[in-house]
Amino acid sequence: MKRLESVNDFVIKFANVNGTGSASANNLFAKALFRMGLPVSPKNIFPSNIQGLPTWYEVRVCEQGYLGRRGGVDIILSVNPQSMAQDIREIEPGGYFIYDSTKPLDLRLVRNDITTIGLPLTRICNEKYKDPRQRQLFKNVIYVGALAALLDMDFKVLTDLVADQFKGKEKLILPNIKALELGHQYAKENFDCPIGIRVKAADKVGDKILLDGNTALGLGAIYGGATVAAWYPITPSTSVVDAFEKYARRVRIDPGTGRRNYAIVQAEDELAAIGMVIGASWNGARAFTATSGPGLSLMSEFLGLAYFAEIPTVLFDVQRAGPSTGMPTRTQQSDVLAAAYASHGDTKHVLLFPSTPKECFDFGAHAFDLAERLQTPIILLTDLDLGMNDNMSDPLAWDDSREYDRGKVLTAADLDNMERFGRYLDSDGDAICYRTYPGTHPEKGAYFTRGTSRDEQAVYTEKGEEYEQNMLRLLQKWDTIKEHVPRPEIIPCGKPTDMAVLYFGTSEASSREAVDYLARDGINLDAMRVRAFPFNQEVEDFIDQHERVFVIEQNRDAQLRTLLMAEFEFGPDKLKSVLCFDGTPVSARNIRKQILEHLPGNNVTPLHRKIRANGVGERA
Amino acid sequence: MSYQIPKFRHPGLPVNELGYTKAAYEGSISTLCAGCGHDSISGAIVRACHELSLEPHKIAKLSGIGCSSKTPTYFLGKSHGFNSVHGRMPSVVTGAAMANRDLLYLGVSGDGDTASIGMGQFTHVIRRNLNMVYIVMNNGCYGLTKGQDSATADQGSAGKKGDVNPFSAIDLCSTALQMGATFVARSFSGDKEQLVPLIKAAMSHRGFALIDVISPCVTFNNTPASTKSYEFVREHAEATGTVDFVPMREEITTSSRPGAAYEVTMHDGSVLRLYEDAGDFNPLDRRSAMMAMMNHQHDGTILTGLIYLNKNSRDLHDVLQTSHRPLNQLEEGELCPGNKMLVNINASLR
Ligand SMILES: Cc1ncc(C[n+]2csc(CCOP(=O)(O)OP(=O)(O)O)c2C)c(N)n1
Ligand code: SF4
Ligand SMILES: [Mg+2]
Repeated sequence: MKRLESVNDFVIKFANVNGTGSASANNLFAKALFRMGLPVSPKNIFPSNIQGLPTWYEVRVCEQGYLGRRGGVDIILSVNPQSMAQDIREIEPGGYFIYDSTKPLDLRLVRNDITTIGLPLTRICNEKYKDPRQRQLFKNVIYVGALAALLDMDFKVLTDLVADQFKGKEKLILPNIKALELGHQYAKENFDCPIGIRVKAADKVGDKILLDGNTALGLGAIYGGATVAAWYPITPSTSVVDAFEKYARRVRIDPGTGRRNYAIVQAEDELAAIGMVIGASWNGARAFTATSGPGLSLMSEFLGLAYFAEIPTVLFDVQRAGPSTGMPTRTQQSDVLAAAYASHGDTKHVLLFPSTPKECFDFGAHAFDLAERLQTPIILLTDLDLGMNDNMSDPLAWDDSREYDRGKVLTAADLDNMERFGRYLDSDGDAICYRTYPGTHPEKGAYFTRGTSRDEQAVYTEKGEEYEQNMLRLLQKWDTIKEHVPRPEIIPCGKPTDMAVLYFGTSEASSREAVDYLARDGINLDAMRVRAFPFNQEVEDFIDQHERVFVIEQNRDAQLRTLLMAEFEFGPDKLKSVLCFDGTPVSARNIRKQILEHLPGNNVTPLHRKIRANGVGERA
Repeated sequence: MSYQIPKFRHPGLPVNELGYTKAAYEGSISTLCAGCGHDSISGAIVRACHELSLEPHKIAKLSGIGCSSKTPTYFLGKSHGFNSVHGRMPSVVTGAAMANRDLLYLGVSGDGDTASIGMGQFTHVIRRNLNMVYIVMNNGCYGLTKGQDSATADQGSAGKKGDVNPFSAIDLCSTALQMGATFVARSFSGDKEQLVPLIKAAMSHRGFALIDVISPCVTFNNTPASTKSYEFVREHAEATGTVDFVPMREEITTSSRPGAAYEVTMHDGSVLRLYEDAGDFNPLDRRSAMMAMMNHQHDGTILTGLIYLNKNSRDLHDVLQTSHRPLNQLEEGELCPGNKMLVNINASLR
């Protein structure tokens, strides 16, 4: 057998049972590597259940800085007999299987092409601890200690981290360090440490931070000046509002009165949540809601109203896979079309696609400026992978000289100085009209908000010409919007090529890595990350400049590609799909494979053509 | 089409403390059917606001969808209005009220808008005790979609088409009491003398105030077999003790009659007087009010007037401890913590 050998480049997966406190031990492991200066990307893979089902935690360590899912697993750390058979099968040849050997391994599971390492975790715990809860918790810490020896981690980094983590609860520091030592010692005494895969301190993370996108979004809402949050709990968006509340309690308490400079309302459903956001925004407060796919569908009617009545509305959609009984705890980018065209009549909505926690923060705050400037819903689409996993990210920053853009709002003085106020009158030629907050002026500026049955003065009418004119103005506003939304990020490969990849959100890291792999195969690809809808001119130009563009996305129906074809004249020959929709984050290996299949001269049938041949779908 | 009411008014018309005649509280000319109960309720709202000397621009009027929900166009032309979506007005008001606690929120809805599509939001806005007045213009049918039975139509009642309603009715006042409403009243569009003081009292109440106003639909549900017709309601209405509303600004001694059974000082200092004419229950006691509702339902009579009032109501702002200054008036400097905090947060994430 040839053992896998590598330094600072591997994938390890922890197989746990949920509800057993493994998350904090696994975090400890990932964070320690990060502190050793190594780029890490930890990902939780968890069930829609509170206790008892299998969960996994996958950490990729990559000195080169690739942060996407690589695909494949080199080391499994298994403390869950339930998933053991499946876990062992997943290990790459030459890899390592580390397991709780208190019970002997089922002989049928033994593989000769991997190294098996048994740690009697349960036995050690039973010997050292009496309290069943402690046995459970410290078992996790013990395996982290053992890994430190097996992988040659800096033990001091681990103990320092424990001290940091339990600041304020000093009593817990020593027992945790003791548990780490137990594991460390056992591994040292019983195995040749380190194994073939090991780590070495490096200096590859600079000033980066490790943060989940949802916390960054919640902070973005704080910095963006949101005062009203209305929401209905749904995974994976819940922690956005949790984070907002946590920081609001810190920074939004009025020092004089002790009262709150914010209001959070847990609504009865998502319809009410978005209604509250619209009511608050109509009344001049910055407001937001956070949800996921099923909630987005419930918000549909109200999104139409906000579009037609031109009410600033901020919605964060943390996407997940499918319906509530789909894979609610797995990731996907599958609400693109539902969000872009949500509602009835002719509606289109502004979408923002952050790809890192830093961008969640930036776009999260910016969404409020955009909503008020453009007077329309702004839907920020992130996903479970970005939202709920710790992602390595540039640090958060706020330019203190920046000022909120509150958009076109008339004050009482403005109203006194004008002839006649028309709520839907385009006086600046950019198709964005002036609005007033209720209560501004005793005599002027009041208007009646309704959908579209009104004229430029907001007076009731059902005249067809008025409707048409208004809809054309909204289309003109759509052009104005293109100038305001974030521009794409373009990364030329530096060599002549007529092919490119196009991706958005969390497909970024794996796409960039795949582009590097393909360059080694002699296939040169320019790259563009789309950051918003409507697409700006740069997006069109980039696609124009290439013969073939691979559109990489994490959904079945090629939703972004559909959007590109709907907005531009590009045909299916030019835009080719690279898709991943199994609920796990797309991997670089998968992308590379699919792109190779698209290229001439290979005889592999791409997935979508296979589906069509079988008569299952029509997608080209 | 909609028309503005001509501005000319007789100079001798009474003005209120702000110097406004009633015209300052009117809106566009109604486009509802002649004789529609909803128009009378609009008239009562105009009168109540005028007599209370409310500043029109400090009122926000919001509604759902239906003939009833169209009415905010027909009153308070100087107030901001919002005709939202079917059944969801409560959520829009909730958001608006969170943004600015200083305005008076007047929600207008229909029985379809409230008791069917909006039942969820209706019950939840009650349990949050949002500070608002919620008027249901209740005609027992869907006027705007041409007369289908609504969920408040009584079992056995029949509208213009003649089909007898086989389902039991949702009683909005009873529901409101169950949900913990702090102000519950029922009235009749044909009884302005009762309705106007009730609206005034509801406007002075801090917390959620429901007025379920029976408001006949002359076009689809004013038939002899309907229990929401003018005739039926006139014959079967039994008023609780009459209500006198004395605004805060007036001397309490302006009482029209002596011998009030209850005298309640409202949150804003106004006084509500209840006379014991038909009052066989105590409207300050929830259980007593619920019993009275049940008794009247059993007897086939319609209990109107003030049904319940909780003097110690705590509204949603009290519960959420929101700042006394409206949230929409907070400045950037108070809202944004600045880069320094991020430097610390970043340090904790390494
Ligand atoms: C989502 C939705 N479904 C259905 C309708 C159609 N609709 C308009 S008004 C109405 C019923 C209104 O009844 P009610 O609230 O009692 O008002 P009324 O006209 O009787 O005053 C319906 C069903 C709608 N506007 N929106
Ligand atoms: S249809 Fe009925 S409810 Fe609607 S305006 Fe006419 S009378 Fe009033
Ligand atoms: Mg009705």
